[in-house]
Amino acid sequence: MTKVTMTINGKSVAGDVGGNTLLSSFLRDDLRLTGTHIGCDTSQCGACVVHVNGRPVKSCTMFAAEAEGAEVSTIEGQANADGSLNVIQQAFQDHHGLQCGFCTPGMVMTAAALLKENPKPTVTEVREHLEGNICRCTGYHNIVKAIMAASGQDVSAIAAE
Amino acid sequence: MYAFDIERPATIGEAVSALTGEAMVLSGGQTLIPTLKSRLADPGKLVSLSGIGEMKGIGLSGRDLQIGGGTVHADVAADGSYKALSELASNIGDPAVRSRGTIGGSIANNDPAACYPAAALASGAIIVTNTREIAADDYFQGMFETALNEGEIVTAVKFPIPDAANYQKFVQPASRFALVGVFVAKYADGVRVAVTGASNEGVHRWTAAEEALTANFSVSALEGLSVSADNLISDLHGSPEYRAHLIKVMTGRAVTAAS
Repeated sequence: MTKVTMTINGKSVAGDVGGNTLLSSFLRDDLRLTGTHIGCDTSQCGACVVHVNGRPVKSCTMFAAEAEGAEVSTIEGQANADGSLNVIQQAFQDHHGLQCGFCTPGMVMTAAALLKENPKPTVTEVREHLEGNICRCTGYHNIVKAIMAASGQDVSAIAAE
Repeated sequence: MYAFDIERPATIGEAVSALTGEAMVLSGGQTLIPTLKSRLADPGKLVSLSGIGEMKGIGLSGRDLQIGGGTVHADVAADGSYKALSELASNIGDPAVRSRGTIGGSIANNDPAACYPAAALASGAIIVTNTREIAADDYFQGMFETALNEGEIVTAVKFPIPDAANYQKFVQPASRFALVGVFVAKYADGVRVAVTGASNEGVHRWTAAEEALTANFSVSALEGLSVSADNLISDLHGSPEYRAHLIKVMTGRAVTAAS
């Protein structure tokens, strides 16, 4: 076992992990932060995306020991301080950007990473950025629309497509 | 996964010392972790390179770009000093893969459909390890085969920046790997063309196209050429003949984009 310490959603967290403990397992099983979902466990679906040192990472394809000293953000840390939904989460609700909701944590985290580096993306850029996130309800259209709305852009034309 | 320990050394020297027995090197893990999950490897110990600061970063010296082996694709994509290389990096996998995957890991693995080997071979790059420097022409030795010895680590890759270059990737839409990818690089002393994704021998040069493009750097120079389907990959995504056709098409597109 290896002792790891990292900051998760602003709070310092420590734990003992095996060498083969994935970051996703550490978050879900040890810390009970079950908002991070495991869809495929083969690094294809993106439901497990969290941010590590500000960058989107598939937490099922990174070992917990590798996050030693890192700043990790998960879906549980996305809401505003008063508990209300943040801009991206609210846009997903407003534009019906989720159906079953399973992929949503990864979609929101991936969208947050995109908007941080590219605050006004085009629809094409949003779709390209979601290459690693799969929605098995195939609800991509409203997910893209929600992300465009969260970026403050007019989405009325997207609705007409 | 089988059980194993992880060590996170802080220097290249410590990493080399830690590589004993069945231990394997862990770089970004974007290939290795899925491999471990499938129980296709039982290393006993992983030696992580992610804590080695001296293996990260990009340095430009004149027309030579040196990229640390532990540099992630996202950082190469953002750099821009070798535009075609940064564009290549920006299209590897997906954003999350680019946050973790490293150039050293890609070069060391030498997947026959990976993008970076094409850039390294077409650029005549130098592969720097903890013990020596290896020319790309000597380094890539077939599918998943390289000149690396046991316990040898790719610490950096040195690219001479060409006068013009472009990479064209025909994406296999499920995996995001190259069904066929062609990197064309034009230097003062000639043009180099490297092909990935297509051959059972892994990344390789298309010398006939190099000669034609060195004489005349335009798509028309490729007109009389044909690519043999012999020993090209056959799988459910494409036949050898289809890949042979794509090699020429992607080469032409790369020349057009580079011109």
